[in-house]
Amino acid sequence: MERSIEMTVNGARGHREVEPRLLLVHFLRDTLGLTGTHIGCDTSQCGACTVAVDGEIVKSCTVFAVQADGADVLTVEGLAKDDQLHPLQAGFWEEHGLQCGFCTPGMLMAAWGLLKHHPNPDEATIREGLGGNLCRCTGYEHIVNAVQHAAQRHRPEHYGVEGDTAARVVREAERYGLESGAAAGGTRLADRAEREG
Amino acid sequence: MAVMRMMGARVKRAEDPRLITGQATYVDDVRLVDLLYAVVARSPIAHGRIKRIDTAAARAAPGVVAVYTAQDLRFAGPLPNAWSLSGVHISRSDPLCTDKVRMVGDPIALVVAESRYAARDAADLIDADYEELPAVVDVERALEPGAPTIWDNAPGNQAYRVEVGDKGETDAAFRKAHTTVSLRLVNQRLIPNPMETRGVVAQWEPGPQQLTVWSSSQLSHLLRTNLAAILELPEHRVRVIVPEVGGGFGCKLNVYGEEALVARASMLLKRPVKWIEDRRESFTATIHGRGQVDYVELAVDAAGKILGLRCKIIADLGAYARINTEVVPTLSNLVLSGSYDIPAIYSELIAAYTTLPPTDAYRGAGRPEGVHLVERIVDAAAREIGMDPAEFRRTNFVAKDKFPFTTKTGVTYDSGDYEPALDLALEMADYPRLREAQRRINAGGQKLMGIGLTSYIELSGFSPSGAGGGIGWESSTVRFEPSGKVTVLTGISPHGQGQETTFAQIVGDELGVPFDDIVVVHGDTARVPYGMGTYGSRGTAVGGGALMKATDRVREKAKRIAAHLLEASAEDILFDQGRLSVKGAPDRVVTIQEVALTAYLRADKLPQEIEPGLEATATFEPTNFTWPFGTYIAVVEIDRETGDVTLQRLIAVDDCGRIISPLLVAGQVHGGAVQGIGQALYEGAQFDENGQLLTGTLMDYALPLAAGLPRFELGHTETPSPVNPLGVKGIGEAGTIAATPAVANAVVDALAHLGVKDIDMPITSEKVWRILQGGTTQ
Repeated sequence: MERSIEMTVNGARGHREVEPRLLLVHFLRDTLGLTGTHIGCDTSQCGACTVAVDGEIVKSCTVFAVQADGADVLTVEGLAKDDQLHPLQAGFWEEHGLQCGFCTPGMLMAAWGLLKHHPNPDEATIREGLGGNLCRCTGYEHIVNAVQHAAQRHRPEHYGVEGDTAARVVREAERYGLESGAAAGGTRLADRAEREG
Repeated sequence: MAVMRMMGARVKRAEDPRLITGQATYVDDVRLVDLLYAVVARSPIAHGRIKRIDTAAARAAPGVVAVYTAQDLRFAGPLPNAWSLSGVHISRSDPLCTDKVRMVGDPIALVVAESRYAARDAADLIDADYEELPAVVDVERALEPGAPTIWDNAPGNQAYRVEVGDKGETDAAFRKAHTTVSLRLVNQRLIPNPMETRGVVAQWEPGPQQLTVWSSSQLSHLLRTNLAAILELPEHRVRVIVPEVGGGFGCKLNVYGEEALVARASMLLKRPVKWIEDRRESFTATIHGRGQVDYVELAVDAAGKILGLRCKIIADLGAYARINTEVVPTLSNLVLSGSYDIPAIYSELIAAYTTLPPTDAYRGAGRPEGVHLVERIVDAAAREIGMDPAEFRRTNFVAKDKFPFTTKTGVTYDSGDYEPALDLALEMADYPRLREAQRRINAGGQKLMGIGLTSYIELSGFSPSGAGGGIGWESSTVRFEPSGKVTVLTGISPHGQGQETTFAQIVGDELGVPFDDIVVVHGDTARVPYGMGTYGSRGTAVGGGALMKATDRVREKAKRIAAHLLEASAEDILFDQGRLSVKGAPDRVVTIQEVALTAYLRADKLPQEIEPGLEATATFEPTNFTWPFGTYIAVVEIDRETGDVTLQRLIAVDDCGRIISPLLVAGQVHGGAVQGIGQALYEGAQFDENGQLLTGTLMDYALPLAAGLPRFELGHTETPSPVNPLGVKGIGEAGTIAATPAVANAVVDALAHLGVKDIDMPITSEKVWRILQGGTTQ
């Protein structure tokens, strides 16, 4: 029943036996103990569970762990390097981009994905780009400021993970015979990536 | 070198490093050996008698450890209702329903299993039969003759009826009025939706007979007191830990059945048990906010002076009375005078049961509803007599020299000066030019512009104990450690408000200690003295009062120790930024850190009359509520073709008394305002006639997103409150209270030329489009 999967998470590679239906977010939180990634809903609306899989952000509540077999996953715990906060983390701290902090890991990862593709976004792009993430405390304005703060300090190496999630998610879904929202989302991502070259 | 004062400065939060690195511990992050997972099975129908609950299949499912129904679990009684109004019918809920369900989502069984997935699978196997009864989903219909009875001891479904003010006086004012206006306003049910749902972990340790409960709550000590009573445990055998909490907004200000269920399961199974509410569950298992139908009338004279306000408030309590369910609507009554000097007020409040989730405290809790009806009818009156809404408000403001001001609803405003806040808002809006632009835009073309004002007041700083069910006070401990580091304990329970920062700013200034040397601890009954938690904009207003008293005592003791060390009298010791020196002899000086070290580890140097140690605990009982106020101006643009409403500007001028952390105050205003905007434009619980929640997921219930909001324009006036040592008033709920009527007034302003007086919230493009097509205006 269980399947063996191998994954690199925040730079550490390992393998685990998992139920095929185990969600990636539960794999990260319960199996690996990386509880920085949060669960805020069951319908992929809130974005608290956002992580990067092979360099593209996904909602980890909508991806099975087996779909990320072989992938390189980045979570909020992997953002800071050598005790140096990631520019986005520094921005959220400096600009009061959080209150209760529950949406913050997902916001950070969504912003990570945004700045990776749009290093110099205008305010409307930031607000649209965070459209998959809900915050109930801040009213978003300080989050926008935080992302701008990080954008002003942009260096490509802060956003560097190689890979192509979209294609992988679709491929893995097909391999396991799964129809998932993530697969559809992955297709959209792939289309967009192609459009944007 | 000048030492920067922390109070009033822009400070980065002490809380944030753990939150931005994923290292905070929320309740679902608590990991214990042998942890079991619980799932609650719930009623799919709104109203019915339970005929049979078959748990056999669930019990036999893989990984299941136990399945409990009501008869399997012993509790001392139903869940508490701390502030029951006299005359209110018994409508408390049991942790699991015994004979009847009264709402969709009512809990009927608890499944405990070795994993989350196993517990969820098994819960789906529970088979329950009901004798279905008719649902009651409309609060006005609930009160009509012949409506189905929800509680046998509350025929007619009326929970209570209270009157405030003077009916005769108010009726007389209406008789002599030049103009009267009236509105029927629906203050729709809202679903609080903190980003973290509720959750509980309980661990019973049979050896020491100790129960530890981690709960995502706004209360710790009150939860402990109530849990001990429900579980029939001695209170000192119960420890409640409130870990990191992912937002509350009032919905975690309660004692919920799951807290008792999970604790009892852990006691029976002798293993730790975790329950995490999922989002869909949260939509019915956690309280709702608002839920009123308000009939309001205003009487004015020819000059625009308000003569009287009369209203009938019908409050939808839902199926059960949770802790604050009955109290919340009564708070609407307390704010009916608004910012205005109203000579006659009468309100009749009727609260009724429906077969919907209970309403309770949600950001503002009763005050948003009250302020909404005042600010909406004030606008209607101004329009009716052809007066500018800003000038109408100014004409009727409580005059500056009338404070403390006692309203006709029997409350006394602590301090206020309303005109400067209005003037600042008008100036920031460039009001005359804005009106000119509106005339130009609305004269033709694709868009309509609307400008909406609100001059709100709120009562905050909950609360003088006499007005707050005996539990309004707060506690704090300030403790120097021998090394000079400071630990602050507080009975409030911040969950995003940032008092780990604010309180460190205060203590840093008051004791001359670096910000980074101060740690603020809260939410653990084993570490923190008894306190009341965080709600009603009380954290800094009341908790800060206790903090100031404790800080004063520590400083006074430090002075006595310094006097002894410096061979001077305590009256001659000057305290300046952590240095204690002898008046007139600045070189005779010790630092507060040296005093702390002496107090603990060189106690031999202390005189007999001074006890070793350097800490103090104080409680603070406020003498009144605080009354924040301000003026908001919303500017909306409506697309004539689609009915789309765009909020273009929100000018927010708040007077929250003295400001300790400007950055955090801005954050509270932004977040509060967006929840208020959410009510006006996006949010609303919708039920079908069977009591099924149609907006039961985040796909169907619209919360505000980053896109679609403008950058906010913030301003402040600062009128200190005389009722606490810091002079603060509170800012947690102001934005929510003020933004909703400001936006609604703006939309009505844009559509007034069509005869529109009101439009039901949330104001969706469809509703506006129908009006623009010549359809109904209500």
